[in-house]
Amino acid sequence: MLNINKEKKGTACTYFLEGRLDTTTAPQLEGDIKESIEGVESLVMDLSKLEYISSAGLRVLLSAQKTMNKQGSMVVRNVRDEVNEIFDVTGFADILTIE
Amino acid sequence: MNYSDRGLRKDNMKNITIEAKTDNLPEVLSFVDEILEANDCPMKTQMQIDIAVEEIFVNIANYAYSPGSGSAEIEAGVSGEPPEFVISFADRGIPYNPLKKADPDVTLSLEERPIGGLGIFMVKKSMDKVEYEYKDGQNILTIHKTL
Repeated sequence: MLNINKEKKGTACTYFLEGRLDTTTAPQLEGDIKESIEGVESLVMDLSKLEYISSAGLRVLLSAQKTMNKQGSMVVRNVRDEVNEIFDVTGFADILTIE
Repeated sequence: MNYSDRGLRKDNMKNITIEAKTDNLPEVLSFVDEILEANDCPMKTQMQIDIAVEEIFVNIANYAYSPGSGSAEIEAGVSGEPPEFVISFADRGIPYNPLKKADPDVTLSLEERPIGGLGIFMVKKSMDKVEYEYKDGQNILTIHKTL
C-alpha cells in the first residue's frame, strides 16, 4: 500500500509518501510524477511516513532526480532510519539531496 | 530439498508454491511476515528480509520463465539459537545464478548511474548468507538472516 499526497504551488511541488514503495506500488508513483513534473522547478519528497523502499522504489527516485537535475532541484526530506540505511547501502545517500 | 544436513529440522519449515508473477508479491510477503512475526523478529530485520524476498521473487517473476510463466516453491522457517531465518526459492526456469552478477558501482555519480541492477546487491548486503545451487533442473536460492 502506498498513499500519495501532493501539494503544488506554482513551480514547487511536494510529495508526501505514506506506506510502501515497492514493486507493486512504484509504477503508481512513477506515473504520478510523470504527469505532474512538467514545469516544476522545486520538487520535494517528504518520506516521513515511508516505511519501506525496495530497488523498484529507488529507481523511481533516481529517475525523478535525473529529470529534476535538468529543470530545477529535488530534495528528499524526513527520511526514517530504516529507509536511510537503504540509501546508505546503495550509495543513494550520495546522489540524492537529503535533508 | 533436504535441510537435515544443515542442522535444521524440516518440521520447522513452511512452504508455498505460487505462480511466479509480481501480482503475487503481497501473498509471498504475508507468508514470510507471518513466520517472522511469530518469531518476534525486530522491525528493521523484518524490513531487510522483506526487501530481500521482494527482490528475489520479482526477479523470478520477471526473468525465470520469460516469456512464459511458471511457479516458484518457497520454503521458510526459523530455527537455532540465536534464531536464524532461512528461506529458499526454487524455480524450474532458465538456469541463472544471480550471485554471479557483478555488483553495481555505488560510487558512480547520478548521471552515470544505470537505472537498475541494485536488487540482488541489496540482498547480498543485508543478509548474512546467500547461496545458489542448480539441482534437479531447479534454480535454488537460499538466504540466511539471524533475527
